[in-house]
Order: sequence, then structure tokens, then C-alpha cells
Amino acid sequence: MIVLDKRPQPSRAWSMATPVVAVLATMLFGGLLFAALGKNPVEAIRTIFWDPLFGEFAFYYRPQLLVKGAPLVLIAIGLSLGFRAGIWNIGAEGQYIIGALMGAGVGLALYPLEAWYVFPLMVIGGALGGWVWAMIPAVLKVRFGTNEILVSLMLVYVAEQLLASMSLGLMKNPEGFGFPGSRNLQQYESAYNAELIAGSGMHWGVVAALIAVIFAYVLLNRHMLGFHIRLTGEAPRAAKFAGVRPARLILFCLGASGALAGLAGLFEVSGPAGVVSIDFNVGYGFTAIIVAFLGRLHPVGILLAGGLMALTYIGGEIAQSNLGLPAAAIQVFQGMLLFFLLALDLLTNYRVRAAWSEVA
Amino acid sequence: MDLSAINPVLLVASLMVAATPILLAGIGELVVEKSGVLNLGVEGMMITGAICGFAVTVETGSPALGFVAAAVGGALLSLLFAVLTQVALANQVASGLALTLFGLGLSALMGQGYVGIKPPSTPKLDIPVLSDLPVVGRILFGHDLVLYLGIALVAAVWATLKYTRAGLILRAVGENHDAAHALGYKVIRIRTLAILFGGACAGLGGAYISLVRVPQWTEGMTAGVGWIALALVVFASWKPWRVLLGAYLFGGVTVVQLNLQAAGVAIPVEYLAMSPYLVTILVLVILSADKSRAPASLGRSFHAAH
Repeated sequence: MIVLDKRPQPSRAWSMATPVVAVLATMLFGGLLFAALGKNPVEAIRTIFWDPLFGEFAFYYRPQLLVKGAPLVLIAIGLSLGFRAGIWNIGAEGQYIIGALMGAGVGLALYPLEAWYVFPLMVIGGALGGWVWAMIPAVLKVRFGTNEILVSLMLVYVAEQLLASMSLGLMKNPEGFGFPGSRNLQQYESAYNAELIAGSGMHWGVVAALIAVIFAYVLLNRHMLGFHIRLTGEAPRAAKFAGVRPARLILFCLGASGALAGLAGLFEVSGPAGVVSIDFNVGYGFTAIIVAFLGRLHPVGILLAGGLMALTYIGGEIAQSNLGLPAAAIQVFQGMLLFFLLALDLLTNYRVRAAWSEVA
Repeated sequence: MDLSAINPVLLVASLMVAATPILLAGIGELVVEKSGVLNLGVEGMMITGAICGFAVTVETGSPALGFVAAAVGGALLSLLFAVLTQVALANQVASGLALTLFGLGLSALMGQGYVGIKPPSTPKLDIPVLSDLPVVGRILFGHDLVLYLGIALVAAVWATLKYTRAGLILRAVGENHDAAHALGYKVIRIRTLAILFGGACAGLGGAYISLVRVPQWTEGMTAGVGWIALALVVFASWKPWRVLLGAYLFGGVTVVQLNLQAAGVAIPVEYLAMSPYLVTILVLVILSADKSRAPASLGRSFHAAH
């Protein structure tokens, strides 16, 4: 008989170790999955985790790591604030889309004006867009007690329809020969979120992600609001006695995560993507949920987890073209990672021991 | 714009078809939540059921086997959730999300060879005289068996919860798991069974989309229906018959907006397509004021200290 004893406090050692063990377990079971699909598991795992960093064409893939990792980290940092307090923003994908639409909208409205303030205005527009979209579930929750999980998620589908409408209608490139999609912001110098150092993949989104990590770290460890967030998540009753105002917390957590997701969308649309198109969103908002948990809802952990997740995206693409591994296999792989992580968390909160005696 | 092209009889009949996936998934989730478990993985279980049912129907040519496979597939996936939340005591919200993300990936992987295939059609009930009745025949007696199964399930769940010992135990576990445990009921086992039932129902609902409603397989084809089903349970205040009412309401919105699209109303297609999601939010707002009906232990992990 196996017995679980609740630890008086979560084990710090296991808390650090579980992500690593989860990644190893996922590699093992992912390998089995790839083998079942008729691929050489060792080669597939090496292609995903090794080649983008140290392979023959690593010079091309390494910058991609920053490009893919930045939106993931940026969104996950925002989500982690809410998750810590038990406020579940699941609709980051929608906030990401609306941020991109608002930001790109500002840029497209000002076209062809060339001025230094165009890009900053777009950044503000992007953050504002995401913030507004996240404020809908926030205000509804505060005012009516509506479930923020369901509302934020429903708004993803609304945002996707809005994106389709915009790229086919209002924001369509007037010189695009009738093709769907907006003007390419990469060709509009004042609006282009170009690489800061050529060939490095380092654009403003990466800088913003790093700032967000530092900001979140300071907030959670050195600031009263951060303390309230942690307190609400760990001991809701104590938080009530300490005078935490839940409404303020909900508005802040959802607002901040929305604004960060909006920023991620803006940096993507004005940089790597370039155009507002129907298939602009690729699920960063959902993958960021995995990143947030894999990073233990800790800013530094999220930075590392974002890098790892970006690696599986890039490695997955390489495996897709080189080994013919289906794109969906990587999605399964990422889902598996979250499963193992959640399951192994048992070891953080409980002590597992074998009990031979019948006396309980 | 030509609204006269919309046939009210066909509208009601297709409303019932559109409502059935939501109804099946919703009634399953209602049982799960009544046992005190919040499974946010409905979308993932539905899409897995959709591909399991589709694949088996195409391979065997039998929709009946397909629906069985869909229920089994959904239940198997929900077993993962049960292990995570009941054995490993993981956070239910996070585990449900993981289930959805995993299910979306898994279904896309399984469905690779099935894109663009037309499945064998599911036979419709054809009772000689009744099905030929004007208006009523088409609405009441002209559907496939799964649609009636959905309605029968609502009645069965209602009766079980209200009148049977099993229903009472399920509710006890959902209201206060410590008290139920003290009375000697196996909380973990009962919850696991409820989760499996929910998974099977969601799987059926998913297969209904891929085999009857659309019928075709495309990646991510459930498009949020699983989440609407979750909202439906809140809307229904955890009452079975209200799930039926709610499902028909959402089915109605879906069908009406599709008909308006076809009739060429001057509203852009995208804005019409948003309407089911917006209506869901609206309904949630109106009904969220009353939370008293929610099972008291909803979403809380149970760990027997001794």
C-alpha cells in the first residue's frame, strides 16, 4: 500500500526538480510516441532538442529561439501573476490577437507617415488592446461574479472572428490586388519592429520580455501588491484578514496579463509576421499556459521554460521537414509535458511512502 | 436578403441537431460537477471523441460502432484527468486545460489520414406513419438515434440524481467529501466513475459533430463547443432539464445565425459567427448572480488524511 502524507510545506528541492524530471519523462514517452509513428526516436529527440542549438544550421535557428521565445515569456509572465492568485486568464490568445489588431491599426492608420513616434504609439495601442480585451472578463467577474475562465476563452473565438473580418475588410491592403491581409509592416520603416542587432533575432519584443521578467520578479518579491497576490493564492482566508481587496487584484492581474499578451501580439505583427492575416495567431496564448506552469509560476523559471518551449517549436519544425514528423506530434509532446509536470507535483506537496502495517 | 427562404420546420429540426453535441457534453459535465470535480477538458475529450468516432466509422462502415468508439475514446482521455486529479491530487483547473491542449494535439495527430473523407451517413429514424406527419413528423420523429439518446440521458440523469440512492451518494460526495468519506463512501472511486461518464458523454457529443452535424473531419472542428458546454452547466444551475433548455437555446442561436448568413443578411459573416460566443457570455453574466446551486466541494481535491 502506498500512502501519501501531506508535507507541512511544499518541498523546495522537489519544486525545482519536477520540471527537469517532467522534461526527461516527456522525452522518454515522446520518444515512444515517435517510435510508434515509425520514426527513429533517438534521432527525433536529437533533432528537436540538439540540432537547433548545436547542429549544422544552428546559426540560423538560434535567433529563431529569441523570436519564438519572446512572446511565450511575455504572455506567460502575465498569466503567472493571475495563476498565483487563483485568477485564471485562459484567453491570452484573444488578447494577443486584439493587441496585434490595435497596434497594427495605429500603424496602418498613420501610413505612410515616417516619424519616430509611430512605433511607440503602436506599442501603446497594442498594450491597450490586450488590456481592454482582458478587462471584459475582469469587470464582469468583479461586477457580476461571472467565471473569468469561460468569458476569457469565449473572447478568443470572438477575437478570431474579428481578426478574420479585419484582414478581409477594414485592414486589407488597398494595393494588395484583392488578396486578404494587410500592408506589410516590415516595409513601413517607422512601424517595423526590426532586429536591434542584425542576425541576432533580438527585437523589441525580446527586450520587453526581459523587462517583464525583472518587473515581475521585483513585484512578487519586493512589493506589497506582489505579496497580496501570493497570499491570496496560498491562503485566501488569511488574505481576507490582511485586508486584500479581491476586486483590485482581479482587475490588476487580468489587466496586466492582457496588456502583456497584447504587447506580444503587437511585437509579432510588426516584426516577424509583418501582416495582419487570418492565420496570424499560432497558439502562443495557449502554449504560454504550459510555459507558466513549467516555469513554476516564477519569473526566472518562466524565462527558462519559454526558451525550452521555443526550442520544441523550432525543433518540431526541423523534425517536420527532415523526418516528416507531423506538426501535431509536437503539440501532443507539449501537452504531455504539462501532464507529467502536474502529476509529478505530487512529490512537491506530499511525501510518498510505502506503508506495510495495517495501523493507520 | 430573403428571409422567407428560411423554413421554420427545417429550422427547428436542425436546431435540435445543432444542440445535441452541446447537450451530450453538458449533461456529462453536469454529473462530473455534481460529484465535486471541475473538468475543464471537455473540449479536448470532445475532439478526441470526434476523431475516434469518425475514424472507426470510416474504417468499419458502421456509425453505431463509431459512436461506441467515440465514447470509449472520450472516457479513456478522461481517465488521464482522473489519474491526475484524483490520484496525483493535481490542480483541477490546470489538469483540465492540459487535457484540452493534449486532446487537440492528439486528435490532429490521429486525424491526419481522414481529412476530406465523407463518412457513411448515420441512419435516421423512420417510423412509417409518424415520420411522414406534416411539421411534427419532421421535427419529432425524423432524427437519428443519438439525438434521442441525448434527451433520454437528460431524463435518466435527472431521475438518478433525484430518486436513487446512487444519485444521493454522488451528490453527497459533491457537496461535502469529508462527510461522505466519514460515512464510508469511496470518494475517489465515485468521482473517477463520474469523470469517466463525463468523458464518454463528451466523446459522444464530439462524434455527433464529426458524423452527423458537419459530417467531415477537420482539425479543431469542435471550435469551442466544449467550452460552451461548460458554460451551459453554470447556466443550468446544475439542473438536468435546464441543460436541455440551454442546449436548445445555444443550438437555436447557432442555427439562426447560419440561416441568416445563407439568407445574405447585411451583417458581415464574421459578426454573425461571433454570436454564439457572445450569447454565452451574456447568459453567463445574467445567471452568475446565483452561485448557491453549485456543489459545495466543486473543484477541491480530496485527500483522506486517515
